[in-house]
Amino acid sequence: MSTNTEWPLWEVFVRSKSGLDHKHCGSLHAADAKMAIQMARDVYTRRQEGTSVWVVRSDQIVASDPGDKDMFFDPMEDKVYRHPTFYKLPSSVDQM
Amino acid sequence: MQASIAIKDDSAVQYLLRIGDTALVLAQRLGEWTGHAPVLEEDIALANMALDLVGQARAVLTRAGELEGQGFDEDQLAFLREERDFRNVTLVELPRGDFAVTVLRNAMVATFLKLLWTRLQQSTDAEVAAIAGKAVKEARYHQQHAADWAVRLGQGTDESRRRMDAALGQLWRYAAELFAADAVDEAAARSGLGPSWAELKAPWEAEMATILSAAGLQAPAAGTFLSTGKRGVHSEHMGYILAEMQHLQRAYPGGVW
Repeated sequence: MSTNTEWPLWEVFVRSKSGLDHKHCGSLHAADAKMAIQMARDVYTRRQEGTSVWVVRSDQIVASDPGDKDMFFDPMEDKVYRHPTFYKLPSSVDQM
Repeated sequence: MQASIAIKDDSAVQYLLRIGDTALVLAQRLGEWTGHAPVLEEDIALANMALDLVGQARAVLTRAGELEGQGFDEDQLAFLREERDFRNVTLVELPRGDFAVTVLRNAMVATFLKLLWTRLQQSTDAEVAAIAGKAVKEARYHQQHAADWAVRLGQGTDESRRRMDAALGQLWRYAAELFAADAVDEAAARSGLGPSWAELKAPWEAEMATILSAAGLQAPAAGTFLSTGKRGVHSEHMGYILAEMQHLQRAYPGGVW
């Protein structure tokens, strides 16, 4: 069967009441951006999950290649000095 | 089997039953799409709308029961009244039809309810005003969602356009009942409980004209047909809805989850 008539896939990001960032929560099919926003609202915010929604066409997302995983991410495993755990924070500094 | 209850003939109660029953019966019809909508996302959207309407119906029927004075709660009013005591407009009890029928009916009813809830925010009954403040937000979304679909189907394929035209031919004449004022409306307008529904006719026609023109659709000319659901005289479809909706409470009185 041809998939030409299928609606495109969209990725959905929802910002919760207490959250500052939009978090990826799933995907859905919709004919265009307007429908995607409404569907995202109906599918992913039914239980008071959100105060703001982003949608983006899945085919617009550029992802790293799983084959590059070793090269990309493994070198960071033994670089503990990149974590700021060797400093003592003055007690007057909060929100860190 | 659980016996039916009879409702006192009070115009304020009748006015609220018309609103609560219209929401309740449309919710029942929308619930029929669960598992059957054209796409999963719309399936959930229609179920959401049905649940919004059930919530509105519960709140309004609860208030109607308080005013009625025999101590009936919203469940008793929903499950133990007989067909003649239901006061929903006939439009909402018609079969769910195809998706075009559902879209057009939702656009017609949501536009009406949005206008009604907007006015009911000024009700002299504080509880009704509070219900309206919450419900108007839901109705705004229902209207937008249905109107967007009306445009998509009206401007879509030859087939979707043909179905929207057929839906207009079937449903449009049932709108007249919404605005046919009677003694119940006059009493509500006098007491400040809510507007006479006749006052909503001009804004409803203007908003529907905007939706239909965006969809490239033409409303049929007004006729003389007038349905009578809100006086308790229903179409042949009503009994089947109640049979489905009420049989559990009738067979197992007071049964709960």
